[in-house]
Amino acid sequence: MNKAEDIRFDSKASPRCGPFRIFGRTRVRNSTRSNLQGRGVSSSAPSDSHSDAMPAKIATHDFNIPPWMFWIALLCIVPQALWGAERVDSSLIPSTFAPESAPAHSISQLARFVLSITGMMFVLVAGLLTYAVVRYRRRANDDGMEFVQVYGSGPVEAAWTTVPFLIVVVLSLATARVIQEIQDARKPASALDVQIIGKQWWWEIRYPKLGIVTANELHVPVSQGGRRLPTFLDLRAADVVHSFWVPRLMGKIDLVPNKVNSMWIEPERPGLFLGQCGTYCGTQHAKMLLRVYADTPEEFERWVKQQKGLPENDPAVSAGRLVFERTACINCHAIGGSSATDRRFGRDLTHLMSRDTLASCALSNSPANLRAWIKSPDQFKPGVLMPAMNVSDSDLDQLVAYLTTLK
Amino acid sequence: MSSTATRTIDATTGTVALESDATWTPSKGVVGMTCLIIAESAIFIIFVVAYLFYIGKSLSGPTPRPILELPIVNTICLLSSSATITIAVRALRRGDTKRFSFWWLATIALGAYFLFGTGREWYRFIHDKGFTIQTNLFGTTFYSLVGLHASHVVVGLLALFVVMAFSFVGSVKKEHAERAHVLGLYWHFVDAVWVVVFTVVYIIGR
Amino acid sequence: MNGTINIGEISDVMRPASTASAADEKSILDHIHSWLVSVDHKKLGLMYIMYGLAFLVIAGLQATLMRIQLAAPNLHIISPQTFNRLFTMHGTTMVFFAGMPLIFGFANYLVPLMIGARDLAFPRLNAFGFWLSTFGGLLLYFSYIGGEGLSGAGSAPDVGWFAYAPLTAKAFSKGHSTDYWTLGIMVSGFGSIATATNIITTIFCMRCRGMTLGRMPLLAWLYLIVCAMVLIAVTPLTAAQIMLLLDRFAGSHFFDTQAGGSAVLWMHFFWIFGHPEVYILVIPAFAFASEIIPVFSRKAIFGYPIMVAATCAIAFVSLSVWAHHMFTVGMTSTGNTFFVVSTMMVGVPTGIKIFNWLGTMWGGKLRFSTPMLFAIAFLFQFLIAGLTGIMMACAPWDWQLNDSYFLIAHFHYVLVGAIVFMIFAAIYYWFPKATGRLLNERLGKWHFWLFVLGFHITFDTMFIPGLLGMPRRIYTYEADRGWATLNLICSMGAAFQITGISIWLFNVFRSLRKGKLAGNDPWDAWTLEWSTSSPPPEYNFAEIPTVKSRRPLWDIKHPTDPDWKYE
Repeated sequence: MNKAEDIRFDSKASPRCGPFRIFGRTRVRNSTRSNLQGRGVSSSAPSDSHSDAMPAKIATHDFNIPPWMFWIALLCIVPQALWGAERVDSSLIPSTFAPESAPAHSISQLARFVLSITGMMFVLVAGLLTYAVVRYRRRANDDGMEFVQVYGSGPVEAAWTTVPFLIVVVLSLATARVIQEIQDARKPASALDVQIIGKQWWWEIRYPKLGIVTANELHVPVSQGGRRLPTFLDLRAADVVHSFWVPRLMGKIDLVPNKVNSMWIEPERPGLFLGQCGTYCGTQHAKMLLRVYADTPEEFERWVKQQKGLPENDPAVSAGRLVFERTACINCHAIGGSSATDRRFGRDLTHLMSRDTLASCALSNSPANLRAWIKSPDQFKPGVLMPAMNVSDSDLDQLVAYLTTLK
Repeated sequence: MSSTATRTIDATTGTVALESDATWTPSKGVVGMTCLIIAESAIFIIFVVAYLFYIGKSLSGPTPRPILELPIVNTICLLSSSATITIAVRALRRGDTKRFSFWWLATIALGAYFLFGTGREWYRFIHDKGFTIQTNLFGTTFYSLVGLHASHVVVGLLALFVVMAFSFVGSVKKEHAERAHVLGLYWHFVDAVWVVVFTVVYIIGR
Repeated sequence: MNGTINIGEISDVMRPASTASAADEKSILDHIHSWLVSVDHKKLGLMYIMYGLAFLVIAGLQATLMRIQLAAPNLHIISPQTFNRLFTMHGTTMVFFAGMPLIFGFANYLVPLMIGARDLAFPRLNAFGFWLSTFGGLLLYFSYIGGEGLSGAGSAPDVGWFAYAPLTAKAFSKGHSTDYWTLGIMVSGFGSIATATNIITTIFCMRCRGMTLGRMPLLAWLYLIVCAMVLIAVTPLTAAQIMLLLDRFAGSHFFDTQAGGSAVLWMHFFWIFGHPEVYILVIPAFAFASEIIPVFSRKAIFGYPIMVAATCAIAFVSLSVWAHHMFTVGMTSTGNTFFVVSTMMVGVPTGIKIFNWLGTMWGGKLRFSTPMLFAIAFLFQFLIAGLTGIMMACAPWDWQLNDSYFLIAHFHYVLVGAIVFMIFAAIYYWFPKATGRLLNERLGKWHFWLFVLGFHITFDTMFIPGLLGMPRRIYTYEADRGWATLNLICSMGAAFQITGISIWLFNVFRSLRKGKLAGNDPWDAWTLEWSTSSPPPEYNFAEIPTVKSRRPLWDIKHPTDPDWKYE
């Protein structure tokens, strides 16, 4: 004979939940269900006696978060507020939601769309879960009866299969469109061609049509005022797999040895964009950083002209130049205009001082840093492939004096 | 409604069969060997995929056409060893241990000849033509795929040999037919893989 | 008497053979010996679990060290070489030497008990598989001293847990660290295949009378599917590792890009293993949830056939999604689109399962014992894990999110938020069965709340640096990127998690001696393992039971209202 029916509790009888009483009165609903495949529950003795057989101290507390735990959690969130106090130039934060280039915009829009749909799904399902957890919790004065057993429901299961399937179709279509928009974009005639060659742990950058070779700092023209000047990048790797990632400009694409990948960027404001290698490539992967300078057309012209020029052979630093050419430096590094003009293992130093940074953007470019770097690269980037040159101090001074003339 | 359960132990399969509403359950050996075969097939598929992927991609060194000769005799030997092992197992199921020994030995002989033939082919490649696993992508994929298969033939032969040794001392009896059958499944698998390897290496790859 | 079981009779018959006095007579060495030579599925299962938990703790400490190093920009607490080894070993250990042993351990222990068998199909193969897997883990960790000492070139591997070529070629990975990685995993892979074969054979051949495949507990079904996946997913990794060893030792050119080999081929082979592998790790969590949630909701699982079908669908589809780990590698737009669609498709059956658990809880009477708390947290967290996976399935967005901290947060939501939480739930749930004593509920709740708090502090926050452009596997980061405070918060969460786990370990050791006696069936559950004593005798059941429905113990406890009238 069914006993567990239609019992109502009032709020006084509900267990105390401290500061988290959000859900007011709760009721136990009827134990019979007619519209689902289920059945009533027998109230025969074995179930009662069996619950007596349970050890007495199985805890059945309701959902209580102790107050002290709440306050500790809150204290942990306080540092989040400190985040605002972190002294960072926010225009440099490489946020994927602050796109400043056409493909990055496409990605960001798609991301917001997907996020809104998945966000709604989360709210719905988490809401239902929360409701179920609160509503159907066992009460303190539970009678130990087994509840209505429901084994399934065809219509319900069909519904919650079909709806996600449709959502997935919509998301796939939206995604396919953006893939095609970015990957199969036609290259306009005004596009700039750049070759990036990933090496452990720096970026060799070549402008084949302009005859320029540089490293780690990429200069591209900005697309402003209706004029499109995208840059199309050819990505290659000399040793292991790397990944070119400047979040504000585009997602990352890998540089794979024996394979040529391509991507394009189209910065829309002049300025500096930060990036770094996106795939683990060895010991100094963390310091394989990138800087992309979007230049106005005038700035870009000026930069190209400077990069094309050969350095003057200033006689004042010829001693340093001799040190460079006669020690092992010349084996790895090329400087246009001296006898080292072939492609080398290390980066091209012809316009070393035109760059803002050294060591794959890990150090700022100053004579002091340059000196320290040459003396002991391992100190800044342990494991780096450039060995300490063991140059005497006087030779080092002359060398640095020479290198600082390479603008 | 219930009934008393009477237990019978099937000595060949090792399953405990219960009467009345006990449905047929497969033999443990067969299920286990099938699982192993599925797993091994996956390994071979990966090597075959690598082989197919690298067809024509060698940067230097010999290509398949000039140096590969169809190993017809080898193939006939290996495939007929499948037939002989089936005959052997059938004989054992009937209890005819003499016939079983004969056909089992024939299987081993055919399998051993296959290995001998493969070895001869490799000797020719390595010593006469200087073509090794290091030579180029063709060498890499050829030796690894054919070698993986050959290693499975070796393992199979070892197992067959152990059974042969037991049968020479008269320990193999009618109730062991199921186990011999399970080993036969492995041997059939090795043969089936050879069909695939042969097709991929000597027909498609050339 | 009929073929069904009466619990009272059973507990009389089933008193464990080793009573207190008998145990005292065996010396410690005898005890250890009995465990080392055991082929009993229960002992092997417990050994797998203890082994997995030991490595879980070790890998957790490795993660803690990493979080300390990353707490602020440009710290020098840990060198780059050591850091790279830490994340490689952390990932490899967690997947192969914590995750796999734990799931096989539970399978070993539970599957025969749940289907009414006395042991697995091949007990000696079981022991062989266990010791092989164990040896693999020891081989990997031997690398720390196998080279030239703790900081030598032949030290622990530092190539990342997926060891992309050609970083693993002899030219870029000197010494033997990569070889230890390869061999350790390969050896334990053989053990996994052996155990998977064993479990499949057991399920097909050794179910008790009346237990058709349609009446098996869901745990058995899901493990059947997991083991089938192990057979076809772990072996591609074995094959790829054989190729890698041939490259490194025999001079072959599988992944040698200088000779025309392909780095992308390794990626394909690895991820054909790697993606099903994560399902292999998570489906047992589903299995535990499907056993625990019904018992603590006092309702049968909602939609048993659909749960099975959905898991089969997941298994099949998961074999077709692998290249969503490779969206950035430069596949064609068609290729990328195909994998977008297949990855999104696999989300549908996965989501269905969450709804089924919700449907189980709906209209039930939820008891918030510790196992259920972990299971409820699992539901929320797995939901988030799945939804962030859908986000990453969108290839263009994945071009930003792949290999970033967003990805790390996503997969830790799956691995910790879903899998580790359900492992804890399973331990709290089945510990009484295995040891005869209950874990302390109060300590359990402390463990739960601290761990949930720590988990969310770390991994909720971790999504944000990923969205702000922070890549993974970096031993430090620049101060000008705005990641510093966020990383500090992530690191602080680790402290809570460690405290929670310490409380749990204390609980385990304490309860082994002083825990409340559990009896056969402390949770009022419905599957066959609860019909025998706690711990079960070596032969499991005095008489192999006969079942008539999916919940044999419900039928026994409610003889006037049995399940088989309604299923």
